[in-house]
Amino acid sequence: MISQFFVLSQRGDNIVFRDYRGEVAKGSAEIFFRKVKFWKEDEAEEAPPVFNVDGVNYIHVKVVGLFFVATSRVNVPPSLVLELLQRIARVTKDYLGVLNEDSIRKNFVLVYELLDEVIDFGYPQTTSTEVLKSYVFNEPIVVDAGRLPPLGPAAIFMQGTKRMPGTAVTKSVVATEPGGKKREEIFVDIIEKISVTFSSSGYILTSEIDGTIQMKSYLTGNPEIRLALNEDLSIGRNGSSLYDYRSSSGSGTVILDDCNFHESVHLESFDVDRTLSLIPPDGEFAVMNYRMTQEFKPPFRVTALIEEAGSSRAEVILKIRADFSPNVTANTITVQMPVPSYTMRASFELEAGATGQTTDFKEGSRRLEWNLKKIVGGAEHTLRAKLTFSQEIHGNIAKEAGPVNMNFTIPMYNASKLQVRYLQIAKKSKTYNPYRWVRYVTQANSYVARL
Amino acid sequence: MAPPVSTPKSASPSQPSGKSEVTDLKLQLRHLAGSRAPGADDAKRDLFKRVISCMTVGIDVSPAFSEMVMCSATSDVVLKKMCYLYVGNYARCNPDLALLTINFLQKDCHDQDPTIRGLALRSLCSLRVQNLVEYLVAPLAAGLKDHSSYVRTVAAIGVLKLYHISATMCHDSDFPAALKALMLSDPDAQVVANCLYSLLEIWTQDAANSDEAAREIEALYGKSIIYYLLNRIKDFSEWAQCLVLDLVSKYIPSDNNEIFDMMNLLEDRLQHANGAVVLATIKVFLHLTMSMTDVHQQVYERIKAPLLTLVGAGSPEQSYAVLCHLHLLVMRAPMLFSSDYKHFYCQFSDPSYVKKLKLEMLTAIANESNTYEIVTELCEYAGNVDVPIAQESIRAVGKIALQQYDVNAIVDRLLQFLEMEKDYVTAETLVLVKDLLRKYPQWSHDCIAVVGNISSNSIQEPKAKAALIWMLGEYSQDMMDAPYVLESLVENWEEEHSPEVRLHLLTAVMKCFFKRAPETQKALGAALAAGLADNNQDVHDRALFYYRLLQYDVAVAERVVNPPKQAVSVFADTQSSEIKDRIFDEFNSLSVVYQKPSYLFTDKEHRGPFEFSEDLSNLAIGGDSGDDVIHSAQRYEENDKDLLLSTSDKEENGGPTHNGSSTYSAPSDVNSSTSLVSSSTTQPAAFAIDDLLGLGVLDTPVLPPPPALSLNAKPVLDPGTFQKKWGQLTVSSSQESTLSIQGVASLTAPQSLIKHMQNNSIQCIASGGQPPNYKFFFFAQKEGSSSFFLVECIVNTASAKAQIKIKADDASASDAFASLFQSALSNFGSS
Repeated sequence: MISQFFVLSQRGDNIVFRDYRGEVAKGSAEIFFRKVKFWKEDEAEEAPPVFNVDGVNYIHVKVVGLFFVATSRVNVPPSLVLELLQRIARVTKDYLGVLNEDSIRKNFVLVYELLDEVIDFGYPQTTSTEVLKSYVFNEPIVVDAGRLPPLGPAAIFMQGTKRMPGTAVTKSVVATEPGGKKREEIFVDIIEKISVTFSSSGYILTSEIDGTIQMKSYLTGNPEIRLALNEDLSIGRNGSSLYDYRSSSGSGTVILDDCNFHESVHLESFDVDRTLSLIPPDGEFAVMNYRMTQEFKPPFRVTALIEEAGSSRAEVILKIRADFSPNVTANTITVQMPVPSYTMRASFELEAGATGQTTDFKEGSRRLEWNLKKIVGGAEHTLRAKLTFSQEIHGNIAKEAGPVNMNFTIPMYNASKLQVRYLQIAKKSKTYNPYRWVRYVTQANSYVARL
Repeated sequence: MAPPVSTPKSASPSQPSGKSEVTDLKLQLRHLAGSRAPGADDAKRDLFKRVISCMTVGIDVSPAFSEMVMCSATSDVVLKKMCYLYVGNYARCNPDLALLTINFLQKDCHDQDPTIRGLALRSLCSLRVQNLVEYLVAPLAAGLKDHSSYVRTVAAIGVLKLYHISATMCHDSDFPAALKALMLSDPDAQVVANCLYSLLEIWTQDAANSDEAAREIEALYGKSIIYYLLNRIKDFSEWAQCLVLDLVSKYIPSDNNEIFDMMNLLEDRLQHANGAVVLATIKVFLHLTMSMTDVHQQVYERIKAPLLTLVGAGSPEQSYAVLCHLHLLVMRAPMLFSSDYKHFYCQFSDPSYVKKLKLEMLTAIANESNTYEIVTELCEYAGNVDVPIAQESIRAVGKIALQQYDVNAIVDRLLQFLEMEKDYVTAETLVLVKDLLRKYPQWSHDCIAVVGNISSNSIQEPKAKAALIWMLGEYSQDMMDAPYVLESLVENWEEEHSPEVRLHLLTAVMKCFFKRAPETQKALGAALAAGLADNNQDVHDRALFYYRLLQYDVAVAERVVNPPKQAVSVFADTQSSEIKDRIFDEFNSLSVVYQKPSYLFTDKEHRGPFEFSEDLSNLAIGGDSGDDVIHSAQRYEENDKDLLLSTSDKEENGGPTHNGSSTYSAPSDVNSSTSLVSSSTTQPAAFAIDDLLGLGVLDTPVLPPPPALSLNAKPVLDPGTFQKKWGQLTVSSSQESTLSIQGVASLTAPQSLIKHMQNNSIQCIASGGQPPNYKFFFFAQKEGSSSFFLVECIVNTASAKAQIKIKADDASASDAFASLFQSALSNFGSS
């Protein structure tokens, strides 16, 4: 089973190191880090999450820029170890409120306490935040989340990965609040990662939504919760519903391809009225994961054009249109477009009166980057760029550029139309009325327009 | 190993400022040791934190051991825990000082608070000091009976820790039996799981030397325990469920009803949000239904959706692990996934290791119905900024073309790649066009028109250059300027660094010469002269060979160097099906991610399979080199036809995939005269070695098979002859058989089976391996004849399966012998 567990910073410093079985040499953290840093010297390839060096298996996940690593000498199930590592990160976050290098460093003794209970002699024991409470005695030293720069060095690690958007909740599940009393509240987040590929003519080639209903409960006494979803929600594309005309995307029926559930979820009434009932454990967890390939309306239309403008010049026009309600605003939008490798310079021209927009030409990776702070629903934005090449153009220039990739987050919007109709909490008394937060957020996973 | 300690943050407790810190800490600890002043515990906490943080970054704080122990007399749990952590880390290197801690740990084992009892017991067992084990026994025994389930979970793992320090002490105290009793009776599921973890490890290690342990292991996979665990499956934590499911996957049900009952019971585990549980369940489903083809296929259909959901749901790392398993399934049954191809399109955010897997899957899935879409998608990637992925995509397009679907359109696409004028695209495409032409010579006109326009100067990659040169030579009659291009290449002979390219150049010039002698003569002379002067032995030899051949007779030379070619129908599969099967057996393990069976990456003490004893390893090498000889023999024959093939295929065949035991399993429909890579050890090939090596053909009289086969009780065969025969003969019978439970139990060491087979007149010539995998080479001789039977037998005691390969001098008797061997094997253990 697992021989060692350690957490490394981006620079390769040991933040936490726990040896469970004493069968792997102590230098393993350094070996691991070197291997990850220089995976392939000539190519910018990332090290896979699982690799073997001299009979030792190194299995890691990256969380907020930190490496959570397990070593093992035996042929373990990789998904078990990866799930476990991810879970350790999550439990740590439950305890510390915020998970980052600083909070782990400040609370490393608490983290050791957790690790001792989560794994014994390499075998996983429990990862339930609730069970762990009775064995963990250190009080978390809470790190102020607001103080942290939002785009610290860790941010580069998060870009381009399928990272879940962190919930805004940065409160430890165990720490008592300044007032001494815990606020009774529960958060339900519907988080969707969407992947869309547009062909050069704007036609949708593939589209998929990977969604999660994530819950974080601060309720005392573990009351039962009922979570009602769309009544007409159907699951499985093989059912007759697929061929039913009424259920075409226009009518609003949500058809999921498949889904899975947290083990605390009871599905008895799910088949009848699409209601999930559960007694939520402490901490953050995914109530349900789902996947949808049914057609949906993509939130953004992206058009990109590159045209020759003389023998060694070209002009690029990028246009994005927000196809959602004006009540909704997307934020932190990035549009990237690779340009021909012989591009020397790029000059940009933003639309008149543009605010909160920046542009950049990344010489190293030969790509144009366009950042927009926010886009209001219904709006359209255009960027023009003039490229200067170091050589004359030959062949089809469009084949040398693109595809355009877009990143964004849209709060209070979900592409799948999956809804939480209501969130019911079993009442303990008449005055018991905890705060309930149901939030939606949609993120781009792979949002690509080809040229 | 200490990483550089960064100084700016030294205020933080986990950022020690340097080595002098240790001395400082010692002083301060000593100062506080006896202090009962208010706030002393807080001060101690801070100090302890600093000690632990030094430990974390790798600074040796063991000199403070006695001070730490002195300070440990406290009622503060947080302090205690830090002290336990410290002691656990350093006790092994300081056994004498560790003795100091025994006292307070033992005392804590009797604490009122079960949490303290558990913690103390865990730390006590984690000391890993040989001469302290006697202090462990009593607390452990008490711990197993503790009324707190927490203490029992700790004790159950504690037994395993004791076993690793002193196996004898563990057995003398009868702990395994106690664990077994606890496992079968404890109400707490985690206690049951921990007992199971410990017992599996203890008995698996013991099984090498103890029949009893082997029987116990067998019992764990037996019906009663499996059912006991399955009925409680929902009580277990998700991690323990994985353990139970893994155990279940090794269970052999007695009939189909049992299989369906188990699958129905576990069906809802496929909807679990934890990917580890889902994959463990899938392994059970796949293994249970192995023998039921229809149901097995239904299982594939059933598990598709959950797997795809897992790919989308988790972190990229988790998706990767799941995707690796999907990859394995897709490779096994591409047909079943042919309509799901869109799921395997690369996404912008996918890391390159995920993209590579997806490309392989797309290649495998391509068939009549989806090739157009898949190839269109792959072509999009060819212009990708990520060069390795672009190259990989082009290769994928080529592979799909070789699978014969819609070749027409694909050739057009490939030719378009050449027009893109990106160096790496051109290089990759050239290699593909060459392979395509070998398979579909009818496309030569279209391809040549485009290839002819490519300037050889713009290609640097040796493989691509070699491919271009091969085409220049092969199709020199169709390419107007072929002789001149070759000539200019010959002129730059000195600048060509790759011997591979120079070899191809020699051959290409020869071929060109036979077709367009007047134009090529000059280039040929120059090439031969340059070749003869070449420093590379191979190049030199080939030039000399050509030179002499031409001197002897030009017509013969032409027949040798440029005979009419047959199209290659099947290209080599890089991984033998045996290896693939073994990886499939190890579903839900790292083998699937590495695409290698476990014995190739785990080291000796942590793996079961194949550790060859001295003579066996010789034998294995012998077997291997036998294969190689055959390769080269075939290559030699093929050389006449096509020199390029042999060099380019050498790399593919010499791959690391075959271990001593694997023989190539050639596709049965291969036309052996055209497919040099099929490399099946066919009879003619065997003769070819004999001729080559001057050994003479073995004189084996073929007798008509007697009605019943009886074996010579005392046959004689020396290892050398065995090796030779093994190398020459083809597999006449290859089967899998199941060992009886008694058989598995008796097979704790190879000797037991060897003796048993000897009693059946089957002799062992070599054996090796470690549980659960053994490998044997047996032989037997037909009574009253000189005809031998050779057997390779690989036994896996965990699955109770034996894989048998039989080679026989007299193939007609091989079936009779096979059944005799099988029956002897199945009787094993019952006598």
